[in-house]
Amino acid sequence: MDFLRPNTFAEALALKAEQPDAVPIAGGTDVMVELNFDHRRPPALLDLTRIAELREWSAVDGKLRVGSGVPYARIIEQLGGQLPGLAMASRTVGSPQIRNRGTVGGNLGAASPAGDTHPVLLAGDAVIEAASARGTRMIPAAEFYLGVKRNALEPDELIAAVHLNAAPGPEQFAKVGTRNAMVIAVCSFAIALHPAEKRVGAAVGSAAPTPRHATAAEEFLAGELDWDAPKPLLDSVKRRFGELVAEAASPIDDVRGSAAYRKHALAVLARRTLGWAWQDHLGKETRECA
Amino acid sequence: MIEVVPSEGGVVPAAVEVGLVVNGEARRLVVEPRVTLLDALRERLGLTGAKKGCDHGECGACTVLVDDRRIYSCTTLAVMQEGRRVTTVEGLGTPESPHPVQAAFVEHDGMQCGMCTPGQVVSAVALIAEGHAGSEDEIREWMSGNLCRCAAYPGIVAAVRAAAGGAS
Amino acid sequence: MSLTPAELTSSVTGGIGTSPQRPDGNLKVRGEFAYASDLWHEDMIWGSTLRSPHPYARIVSIDLTEALEVPGVYAVLTHEDVPGANLYGLEHKDQPVLAVDVVRYQGEAVALVGADHPETATRAMKRIKVEYEVLEPVVDMETAADDTPLHPGGNLVRHVPIRRGGQAPTADVVVTGRYEVGMQDQAFLGPESGLAVPAEDGGVDLYIATQWLHVDQGQVASALGMPLDKVRLTLSGVGGAFGGREDLSMQVHACMLALHTRKPVKMVYNREESFYGHVHRHPAVLHYEHGATNDGKLVYVKARIFLDGGAYASSTGAVVANAATLGVGPYEVDNVTIDCYGVYTNNPPCGAMRGFGAVQAGFAYESQMDKLADALGMDPVDVRIANAMTEGSVMPTGQVVDSAAPVAQLLKLVKDKPLPPVSTTLDLRSMPGGVSNTTHGEGVVRGIGYAVGIKNVCFSEGYDDYSTARVRVQVINGELVALAHTAACEVGQGLVTIMQQIVRTELGVQRVTILPMDTSIGNGGSTSASRQTYVTGGAVKAACAAVRDKLAKLAGGRDLSEVDLVELLGDDVVDETVEWRHRATEPLDPETGQGNAHVQYGFAAHRAVVDVDVELGLVKVVELDCAQDVGNALNPQAVLGQIQGGSAQGLGLAVMEEIQTSGGKVRNPSFTDYLIPTVLDMPPMSIDVLELADPNAPYGVRGVGEPPTISSTPAIVAAIRAATGLALTRVPVRPEHITGT
Repeated sequence: MDFLRPNTFAEALALKAEQPDAVPIAGGTDVMVELNFDHRRPPALLDLTRIAELREWSAVDGKLRVGSGVPYARIIEQLGGQLPGLAMASRTVGSPQIRNRGTVGGNLGAASPAGDTHPVLLAGDAVIEAASARGTRMIPAAEFYLGVKRNALEPDELIAAVHLNAAPGPEQFAKVGTRNAMVIAVCSFAIALHPAEKRVGAAVGSAAPTPRHATAAEEFLAGELDWDAPKPLLDSVKRRFGELVAEAASPIDDVRGSAAYRKHALAVLARRTLGWAWQDHLGKETRECA
Repeated sequence: MIEVVPSEGGVVPAAVEVGLVVNGEARRLVVEPRVTLLDALRERLGLTGAKKGCDHGECGACTVLVDDRRIYSCTTLAVMQEGRRVTTVEGLGTPESPHPVQAAFVEHDGMQCGMCTPGQVVSAVALIAEGHAGSEDEIREWMSGNLCRCAAYPGIVAAVRAAAGGAS
Repeated sequence: MSLTPAELTSSVTGGIGTSPQRPDGNLKVRGEFAYASDLWHEDMIWGSTLRSPHPYARIVSIDLTEALEVPGVYAVLTHEDVPGANLYGLEHKDQPVLAVDVVRYQGEAVALVGADHPETATRAMKRIKVEYEVLEPVVDMETAADDTPLHPGGNLVRHVPIRRGGQAPTADVVVTGRYEVGMQDQAFLGPESGLAVPAEDGGVDLYIATQWLHVDQGQVASALGMPLDKVRLTLSGVGGAFGGREDLSMQVHACMLALHTRKPVKMVYNREESFYGHVHRHPAVLHYEHGATNDGKLVYVKARIFLDGGAYASSTGAVVANAATLGVGPYEVDNVTIDCYGVYTNNPPCGAMRGFGAVQAGFAYESQMDKLADALGMDPVDVRIANAMTEGSVMPTGQVVDSAAPVAQLLKLVKDKPLPPVSTTLDLRSMPGGVSNTTHGEGVVRGIGYAVGIKNVCFSEGYDDYSTARVRVQVINGELVALAHTAACEVGQGLVTIMQQIVRTELGVQRVTILPMDTSIGNGGSTSASRQTYVTGGAVKAACAAVRDKLAKLAGGRDLSEVDLVELLGDDVVDETVEWRHRATEPLDPETGQGNAHVQYGFAAHRAVVDVDVELGLVKVVELDCAQDVGNALNPQAVLGQIQGGSAQGLGLAVMEEIQTSGGKVRNPSFTDYLIPTVLDMPPMSIDVLELADPNAPYGVRGVGEPPTISSTPAIVAAIRAATGLALTRVPVRPEHITGT
């Protein structure tokens, strides 16, 4: 096995172009498990941890660019105000030790349906900056996940960063696991309100071959929510939203939970998180009017 | 400078030279790229304090500090830590003068079989430095990456609290 | 690093009744305590095990040719290379060291590789060609006895009937239920490991993490075809046990490779292999019928209990006896009909785990007591107290309980504790689901549940259960020093601390060294059945008494307390070895299950307070309080540690821990999907310890480690039932069971 350790992103892209089957490694949470148990023997590893530029984030005019190597711990500490949904999801990742190493870039690269940040990225309309020696392209999150552990990257591409708008409205993330810490999602759900655009982003995780938008649920809310004169939501609206979110999922039965449970739980999570997010929005409106 | 370490015919993994500062001492070793930091510490440097409980990043027994941040040494490669400072449980104190966290674990009996203890101790040292020892609830949340099957958790929480100066 | 574990010389003071620091504590916090996986020997090679991927298959052929060609491989061994008897087992010799013609469970050992590096061994294992003819596995414990026989005698390992009183009783109120217990894993944090070193005399020295050196020694010697004195075992640091190290794992394998290659051989399982490398807690199906009077007095209990022993017997027979004899719980019942069956299947082998048969029965009989209370409209604690056994009560076996049995008192203690307040803040950590942000209070319902349990202490049914202790005193540098030596395994419970405390108390010596545990001394018996403080503690106490007698002779009749022992001993050494037995037990009558089969009974009660998110099926155990009688708390801190640990493992079984199988295959052999409680899952515990001395036991002690594992699970499930109104007849309770999806 070759071990490639570039010091700059440009070097990394050159190496990836030369050796497209090199597996990028950063936090190691996914790749190392496969190596340790001999489930995978890549011909080469591409160490991204020495590349300082990947560990940076920046904010310009409310638009955030989060380097693919920023660990979860820093997202929680430094970006909780601007990206509350991403910070909430990051807080549920693994353990303090994993959050010191694991990165959103790793979550995207592995593209596991159970990755904790995916629903948030979908709901928040994140765009993935994919780079190669050939150039850079922007891939909307909705087009990024192609299948179980398959994403839209070309073999010579690496994830440079994730672009997100500073949350334009309330965001929520919730995840079901059968332990109170250090647990992989049985299912997860993210919601993001986009008041200026009068719409809602909603996405499910660990409940289909890929994380995915709950499109019908999003469309339903766009028609139901009164953004100009916000008032408390009817239970029937929350319920219908929950049902539509559940319908967006196509989960399987596995050791972590049954398909039926996942659908049921998603409906509950969707209903509750919509309530919390809308309540936040109402509070904000009230404060702004006062 | 790009370092490419080729393998010989793809069969025998090539060896890579790595420099680490382990417990304050500069160490150089030659390892295969696929060797984890944990295996390098245990098998190459004879530092068997960090334990292999799951090899999966799920138990915490292998916790070490890299540049003062706690990580699982089983899910990172030794070669990825080139030039970094690694602190294991052996680097925390001396038999004559144990680290306050080590002393507190003995005092509060925060262990039974002790297999998780080195990881718990290192994790607790980091937790206190991070400022996460404000309450027992906070300690529990921030110690949740270290399993103890004997469930000496009450002693562990008491030890962390005492070491952080919050003993009441 | 030295192979021989350190002598524990830490000279902390403190006799019995105090909580001195453990003598291995400083080594453990410094990372210097040598676990079996830490051992290293110059010139050593690594052993690996090729395991069956199939739960049940005929081995058509094994081709080692390519594996032997891998550079760095020293040996590839199969059943043909087993030098002695290729069958071993704790109770029945039914398990091959290496499979011969058939494999009976997924993970059964088929071949061994010894190589210069674990990586080399892995490469070689991939080149061993085993051709299997896959067979239909037997997986249903309730029908296994009538299914394809997996062993020559059929699939029934043991049937224990209990017949007491009338066999056709009637009652005012009858409740019935069918209960299931999933397969729990000990999940000790230090996977199986050991190092075998070939010796010049043709024998072998094995450094090993185990619970019982001498029973390992006997089985290894038999498989190697060697006399006992050629197979010497030394205990290495043990990273937890909980029953899972009572059977052999790699002991014979490492010795075979060492003898074959004439090199030291180290074997270490990884976590996945560990799930295949040791026995688990028996899954169970339990059918119960309780009859009671209208005022809540039990008239009869009938039960049919099935325990899935998996592919090999291990300790299934004794587990069956426990589930049967303890099957009605700590209650007085005049009419009892129990049939308990342990069977072979092609599921993973099951054997000892903390609680040993009493856990499975405890979940069922306590669920029944709640059901009975419900049917009678009685308080669940009141119905238990109305039937609680006391000293003098008669067990379903006819055995009279002849020491304290404070069942009612334990229940009252946990019931009278103040209840935790309902959380009024929105701190996610206090919610079911925790920081995963699943509820801000929606759907959360509090429930309270109670349970009490009974466990036998020490080995039963006429087993010759003893321990050997050697105590030596001498003067070193003008100071009186004692040294204690046994073969009883320290696995974390603190036996070494207790041994020091006993020696200090009995001999008045402050400096006490504990020698490494090994087979150079007689049998110490198993570190199981909550027995070591009782039996090895008794042996150390007796050895101290023998030393005192010798000293008294030296003192020529003077009162020892008035003699300067340093002066008296001078250069002399007093060294006494004693074999100590607890009182004898009797076998059970094979037709009626009657007999004085047990030595002692231990009792614990729990109250669990839970918050259940009834819409998502997530559970937060808010508080788990316990009351237990320990006879005499020789080390109060260690007693609390055992109660906390046992309760936590009961919590795990209640809400998260299960090895899931499908067609005999394990679906979750990792800590990613076999979940054990984190510090966030374990709630605060308020613990009351009673010390009602057992006059038959040394210092009046009562075994501590297991009783809390028994009552913790049903108390938590009762609390979840109280919150949800659901029947919940299976553990672990999964979210799906609560949401009905």
